[in-house]
Amino acid sequence: MKPYVRPISAGWWLHRMPYLRFMLREFSAVFIAAYVIIFLVMILRISQGQAAYEAFRADLQSPLAILFHVVALLFALLHTISWFQLTPKAMAVWKGEERVPPAMLIIPNYVAWVVLSGVVAWIVLGG
Amino acid sequence: MAKSNEPIWWSLFSAGGVVAALLIPVHIFLTGIAGPLGWLPPEAFDYARLQALLSHPITRLYCFVLISLPLFHGAHRIRFTLVDLGIRGVDMLLAVVCYGAAIAGTLVTAGILWNF
Repeated sequence: MKPYVRPISAGWWLHRMPYLRFMLREFSAVFIAAYVIIFLVMILRISQGQAAYEAFRADLQSPLAILFHVVALLFALLHTISWFQLTPKAMAVWKGEERVPPAMLIIPNYVAWVVLSGVVAWIVLGG
Repeated sequence: MAKSNEPIWWSLFSAGGVVAALLIPVHIFLTGIAGPLGWLPPEAFDYARLQALLSHPITRLYCFVLISLPLFHGAHRIRFTLVDLGIRGVDMLLAVVCYGAAIAGTLVTAGILWNF
């Protein structure tokens, strides 16, 4: 027996703002995956020697590459913010009889984010 | 209830989501925007410096985590997004293609970092 599957249009998510927000968040995964692949290629080029790396570096300066990274950064930030906001929904923490306020679960995420971003920037900038 | 692989994929999705949320924005900004636009001191992306940085096993382990887990995160999201976009009735194929791509990406990453 074949179960009935209600047909849906491929563009259903364009009709309402919350649906659009949901879909943009899902699309962030595509940009993040594309970025880590570019990052992997960068490591590969470094392993292939200076000439290969310098050529890759020049490619990164093309307007198209910059545009991609700007768009990817916006999607990555959308992922970061939506992921942090979800923490209290994914885990409800109780302290005795009282539920820990959502903000107390969200704020540490942002603190960790700022600290880790600072550490990465510090190492890259020659710490 | 039948045994399911879902907890494994969900854990990898979740771990990748955390790694991506905390570390991907700063990496995109540094390697894809600030570096190429010359906002950083040129020696920051110097070949010899990055080569030395990556010759350290901890850096390579970090890169492995930074690349692999977000691939699984992406695979899981793309799998279910394609279902939401109307690709129905091929669940198994979708799962194999999406997670297979993440596994392949992880193996390639491991190979590149191992042979660095």
